[in-house]
Amino acid sequence: MKRTGRFWIGGWMLTAWLAAAALLSGPWAPPAQAAEKPIKIGFGMALTGGLAANGKAALLSMQIWAEDVNAKGGLLGRKVDLVVYDDQTKPASVPAIYTKLLDVDKVDFVVSGYGTNLIAPAMPIVMERGLVFMGLFGLAVNEKFKYPGYFQIMPAGPEPALDWTRGFFEIAAQQKPKPQTVALVGADAEFAINAVAGARENAKKMGLKIVYDKTYPPATVDYTPIARAIKATNPDVVFVGSYPPDSVGMVQAAHEVGLKPKLFGGGMVGLQYAAFLTKLGPKLNGIVNYDFWVPEPTLNFPGIEAFLKKYQVKAAKAGVDPLGHYLPPWSYAYLEVLGQAVTATKSTDQKKVAGYIRSHEFTTIIGKVKFGSNGEWATSRVLQIQFQGIKDSKLDQFHRPGKRIVVYPEQWKSGKIQYPYSSAK
Amino acid sequence: MSYDLLLNAVAAGLLLGGFYAAVSLGISVAFGLLDVVNIAHPVFVILGAYAAYVMNARFGWDPVLTGLVFTPVFYLLGMAVYRVYYASFERKGEEALRGLVFFFGIMFIVEVLLILVYGVDYRLVEAPYIGESFHLGPVSIAYRLFVPFLGGVLLAGGVYLFLGNTFFGRAIQGVSQDSLALRLMGADPIRIKTIAFGIAIATASLAGSLLIIIGPVEPSIGREYIGRVFAIAVLGGMGSIGGTFAASLILGVVESLTSTFYGPSWSTAVSFGVLLLVLALRPAGLFGR
Repeated sequence: MKRTGRFWIGGWMLTAWLAAAALLSGPWAPPAQAAEKPIKIGFGMALTGGLAANGKAALLSMQIWAEDVNAKGGLLGRKVDLVVYDDQTKPASVPAIYTKLLDVDKVDFVVSGYGTNLIAPAMPIVMERGLVFMGLFGLAVNEKFKYPGYFQIMPAGPEPALDWTRGFFEIAAQQKPKPQTVALVGADAEFAINAVAGARENAKKMGLKIVYDKTYPPATVDYTPIARAIKATNPDVVFVGSYPPDSVGMVQAAHEVGLKPKLFGGGMVGLQYAAFLTKLGPKLNGIVNYDFWVPEPTLNFPGIEAFLKKYQVKAAKAGVDPLGHYLPPWSYAYLEVLGQAVTATKSTDQKKVAGYIRSHEFTTIIGKVKFGSNGEWATSRVLQIQFQGIKDSKLDQFHRPGKRIVVYPEQWKSGKIQYPYSSAK
Repeated sequence: MSYDLLLNAVAAGLLLGGFYAAVSLGISVAFGLLDVVNIAHPVFVILGAYAAYVMNARFGWDPVLTGLVFTPVFYLLGMAVYRVYYASFERKGEEALRGLVFFFGIMFIVEVLLILVYGVDYRLVEAPYIGESFHLGPVSIAYRLFVPFLGGVLLAGGVYLFLGNTFFGRAIQGVSQDSLALRLMGADPIRIKTIAFGIAIATASLAGSLLIIIGPVEPSIGREYIGRVFAIAVLGGMGSIGGTFAASLILGVVESLTSTFYGPSWSTAVSFGVLLLVLALRPAGLFGR
């Protein structure tokens, strides 16, 4: 009898294991065929768990990079192989993954997975072995480590925590009459806490009075009480640092309770994805939010359109973000930087490659990239965009310019801000 | 503190509570009445949400309609799950730990299947009432929360009436008290339990469609509800449908008030504080026997 019980558990476990194995053995393990040993690039990536939607999209674009490079004969005449493990969006799984990549798979390079929480746990291993480490969207990871081999592709800038939100508050400061009060609200989780902390500093610098400053737990179901509590303090500016589901919750709640400050948005992750753009549609009008790339004429860098075309075909099949404007160009670009450095130094030597990346400018599909001494971008390129003129929920409109206008910084500006927020509604 | 804000906070809490009731009913029946620790219940709710999403995206069905139409499907699914559970664990008296593993397994399998089929992106539905709200004096009520509230009230009412007024309903209550006595009355407790578990899972269909009306859903989001739904079932008193409903409203209102007046990050802590307090004073829960 006991055996039957065990069999059942075993059976279920086996099925779960097979399903997981099926999930992990996708097209992202290109067979080795070059005569010389391929150059292996290893990383963990969130293919399941909370950040999986982005992680899968990132992986897709990294595969496109590998295909593009291999079609041109690889790096240093060697084929490029990507070796990926699912980190399940669990920071605790990261050290083991990188140890395995280095000791068992013997990869030539490692790059980071997606997101602050999954980059930081890889840092000690990377530092111990003196590896070059390209990071994918970590906020201020190197502030404490100060590791010279770390390079962050996300263009937060030399003071990542502050630069991230600076634009939003500079926009506020430019308005006449200048707004006086601000409400800060964010998720009770690492990235959002950092973003709100930066926003707090910037708000103080700009002389704004903080009238609401609270966090909410990530599993919040209903955001209307929060929106109402903010509305009761009647702020001129509302800064929100949120993750995808809460971004949707906050936008809906603000709309439902009639929260209409003069400036609304700031650090809402998720408002860059097709699923939310289309579902929220006209409710987004007027919101000013951070972004890194949008299809505006000022940001039409060589290669980006060709990349997006390839990506969008694959994304439709993979069931990930069909637009691919947010993370995919950057996960392509961070490999471009690594690839260009390997080609230029004609070497896979970690120190040489890191030295080259530190001292040179790179031309990528997201524009020119130059790193500063702390491995962040030498100058910040966090854009503030405003949603304007969205009339329906069709996806097509977001492929083209005109709906997400770059209003900050001056260099990339593609249109004028509609202020106050309610005038863009 | 303004009077309007207080009224609005209470209203929002009641609406949220109604939705919590819809999600917790299945646990109350399975865990409270049948003593089956179905920690996979939230994942069935997510399955219901995906059904609503698919029918909405493909055929433009209203999520509530999908929830109702799929209820019988979920009922059959629930019966099947219980049959497997019974044959493999309960019959042998191995349900305590292995049953838990079984439901953990189900949870992961459903999640992985949803990921394989639909990917990991967040999914939402479209309905004319999402994003609109109406006013009752100073209180503004969002339809996005009002519809789930109504759904929760009707579902709880339906299950309550069924359990109290029908032969099968009374038999289910009987089996939870003394299955041997039920057998002596000539009723088959396993059949009754199968039906009851079917009903428990059937509620997940509508609950899922209500969930996706409120906000975006992805395959692993159900885990966030496991703690909350069990807390509600325990707070209300094991197996008491009225108690579950009351506990849902209490938790909803407590969360909303805390969120409005003290800061949202405290809301979960305060709700579980209420649970601890109630259990200290009334170990069987609010309406427990």
